[in-house]
Amino acid sequence: MDGAASSLREKTLARLTRTGSKGVLRFITCGSVDDGKSTLIGRLLYDSKMLFEDQVATLEKDSRKHGTAGEEIDFALLLDGLEAEREQGITIDVAYRFFATEKRKFIVADTPGHEQYTRNMATGASTADLAIILIDARKGVLPQTLRHSYIASIMGIRHVVLAVNKMDLADHSRARFHEIVAKYLEHADRLGFETITPIPMSARYGDNITARSKALSWHDGPTLLGHLEQVDAGSDLLSGAFRFPVQWVNRPNLDFRGFSGAVASGSVKVGDEIAVAASGATAKIARIVTADGDLDEAKAGEAVTLTLDREIDIARGDVLAHSDARPEVSGQFAAEILWMSPDAMHPGRSYLLRAGGQTTPVSVTELKHRVDINTYEHEPATELGLNEIGPCKLATTRPIAFDPYKDNRETGSFILIDRFTSQTVGAGMIRHSLRRATNIHGHAMDVTKTRRAEMKGHRPAVLWFTGLSGAGKSTVANLVERRLAERGCHTYSLDGDNVRHGLNKDLGFTEGDRVENIRRIGEVAKLFADAGLIVTCSFISPFRAERAMVRELMDEGEFIEVFVDAPLEVCMARDPKGLYAKAQAGEIKNFTGFDSPYEAPESPELHVKTADIEAEEAAERVIAMLRETGRLGL
Amino acid sequence: MSDLVQRLEAYAETLRSGRPRARPLSPHLKALEAESIHIMREVAAEFERPVMLYSIGKDSSVMLHLAMKAFFPSRPPFPFQHVDTGWKFREMIEFRDALAAALGIELRVHRNPEGVARGIGPFEHGSNLHTQVMKTEALRQAMDAHKYDAAFGGARRDEEKSRAKERVFSFRDSDHGWDPRNQRPELWRTFNTKIRPGESIRVFPLSNWTELDIWQYILEEDIPIVPLYFAKPRPVIEDGGQLLMVDDERFPLNGREPEMRTVRFRTLGCYPLTAAVESPAATLEEIVVEMLTARTSERSGRLIDHDEAGSMEKKKREGYF
Repeated sequence: MDGAASSLREKTLARLTRTGSKGVLRFITCGSVDDGKSTLIGRLLYDSKMLFEDQVATLEKDSRKHGTAGEEIDFALLLDGLEAEREQGITIDVAYRFFATEKRKFIVADTPGHEQYTRNMATGASTADLAIILIDARKGVLPQTLRHSYIASIMGIRHVVLAVNKMDLADHSRARFHEIVAKYLEHADRLGFETITPIPMSARYGDNITARSKALSWHDGPTLLGHLEQVDAGSDLLSGAFRFPVQWVNRPNLDFRGFSGAVASGSVKVGDEIAVAASGATAKIARIVTADGDLDEAKAGEAVTLTLDREIDIARGDVLAHSDARPEVSGQFAAEILWMSPDAMHPGRSYLLRAGGQTTPVSVTELKHRVDINTYEHEPATELGLNEIGPCKLATTRPIAFDPYKDNRETGSFILIDRFTSQTVGAGMIRHSLRRATNIHGHAMDVTKTRRAEMKGHRPAVLWFTGLSGAGKSTVANLVERRLAERGCHTYSLDGDNVRHGLNKDLGFTEGDRVENIRRIGEVAKLFADAGLIVTCSFISPFRAERAMVRELMDEGEFIEVFVDAPLEVCMARDPKGLYAKAQAGEIKNFTGFDSPYEAPESPELHVKTADIEAEEAAERVIAMLRETGRLGL
Repeated sequence: MSDLVQRLEAYAETLRSGRPRARPLSPHLKALEAESIHIMREVAAEFERPVMLYSIGKDSSVMLHLAMKAFFPSRPPFPFQHVDTGWKFREMIEFRDALAAALGIELRVHRNPEGVARGIGPFEHGSNLHTQVMKTEALRQAMDAHKYDAAFGGARRDEEKSRAKERVFSFRDSDHGWDPRNQRPELWRTFNTKIRPGESIRVFPLSNWTELDIWQYILEEDIPIVPLYFAKPRPVIEDGGQLLMVDDERFPLNGREPEMRTVRFRTLGCYPLTAAVESPAATLEEIVVEMLTARTSERSGRLIDHDEAGSMEKKKREGYF
């Protein structure tokens, strides 16, 4: 590069670098259609020279066609993107706009003010550092002002600009401005904002937007843009506790195993000891890898890949933290829920919860009340409808790692997804865990499953014998257990007799009860496996879904499905318990193989046909398989 | 080795090396970069058959660059797909092939065979039909053929009004349709990635970037782009106030004589549908300086947007990117 070009490059870079010196500020604008919200953003874009000539030309053309500002430019039209909305004259969704000054880049979420669109405002607010709350100087503080402030507050926004707009229509009156501000502060007291900055303005004429106004010369505070350029928002995450939700395991070859993600809050240095929130396993940070070279330290907002000094089990969804400042881990917690679907939320119903990379089934166990967002009053409620907000208790299938939302918006939030339509139906802000003992999750037990297995000299397994009644499941299982005992293996056997009469004696034979029956058996088998035992389970378990459910509970390779297969005629001829006879006589309904289907395994670990071979040989095959897969020795 | 190939090889080597940059990125670009990387990793982790649509333009160059960085030291865990209308500038295709070779990425190219058989082109059939057949339908064919369940696109919200409301994860039904009234709310950085078989998600990792951000990033990261972005004397025809480059013999001259003018392109697409601007900016620095003082938006050079008001929204509902 020659001298002149290099100097141009330097100058250009210098000029550009200044533009981004304070990074990015994200804010939302809240107000009704009539408060001039879209006009305000249009004005910011126009005054900060972010509009191009062709956009201005289109705007002028559109203003004449759809505009509500007479012959003048209707800035609102810049923001109303979709045709249908343009015709209705209202904004119905969240639109994002961008402008930049020499000091900062701004991302503006334009969110609607109509009551039924609470969810849109919440959407825009969820990523915003600051909210501009618009008030029409003629109308003062309205119910919607309080509504917007409430939503901003529960969504965790700490900084508010109270934009008292249309001052031109209120004689630029200082007294009126102060009256409105005083009224607002009365209400805003309980919302916990860190800063509230009132600014009198007129968006249509540009007063106090980017330039000070003569008519409002009594205002000695900043202009809107002046304030937005210098306000310090969003620094909480930087100073918070280190949280790193693992997004993706980075494994290009056998020599490299890294964990990719974005630092959600706080910072981490090479050498720091970290813990996996859910398992409690700990390790030290070995490297902080990026495509631009290794770092010594990674801070909130940075996308990096961490490697550790030793191999511990980490997967997508895990949250890494400093071992002395861990998040909570619990399957039960309290949260504010904002409902966003026309199908109401009912306690008891199952949804999918998604928090960072963690996804788990969840049900709302209790709805405490509904909050009237205009008055902040509590109302009794049995369900949450569209755009309604209320504190709830939730229970997840798997524990999740989290922080209270007030401490951390990144790790304290979740969305709820409808399991059938896949729509996003709810947004949640976690308040606190519902179990005091949650922190025990943060401690890995010293005596582990591996350690227990070591003492036994063999590896745990769950042998799941499935097949028709009379196929020979219990016979084969019994022989298998005897041979294992002879070899000194520790075993236990689960079957209908010892389960149905005790643990599951409250369950009948309805579809729901049958599912629950297998679920409990699966959980019990899991505990025995955790204790280091080889568990034999003999259940017809006719449905693939249930067997898959049990398989998912176990570690990789631990669940061994043995299909004990005999033709129905053979089973009926054997009929060891006389059950087929009863079914034929109509005394038993829904009998598997007879008047209820049996879904044969598609790819069992082992398939034994008891019509062709003796039970002894079938048992021998099971043992051989355990030996070959290394489960009988360590 | 040609200059282009040499430049691209050097670029690929820099990406592979993971060397620290000489100058740290501007703070706002660093934030945008991290956001885009986060989005890409979510897709890689959650979807079975993701793909990155690569259109050769500057936004695609940035998106590809971000993908190379996002998974470092691994390679991007998905293929790249180009939907070729058959009417791209020749220099674009040359650049595409050289870049894919240098980076060693899997680049798949699809052209609508029916459109080719029927000889569909913008001169004879007009921009609407051409775009419908060679872009929208071709894209749907490629999506269906490879059963992609997530496709990255380089669209930005600042490009056009209907894009301003687009989600980062934009849901498409099994017919690739987009329903602007029934979009999934998108809160925090928590994306709903759940779809049923046949449905798909279009993902826009550059949603929050502006045209200026793109240029500034290209400059600071030293990302190679198609030479058509740089001013050079090129043969053009002035047509309805727009300057069109005569890129091959298919251009119907109708007796007109192309004149050599020093022009460049702010956006790249099909050559008959992409107007050039007169400009002396022959280096990135000059382009950025010009950008800072530019008075027309980049899509003003895109002829398909002018068909009628709300035209982009209509195309999007039909499955256009």
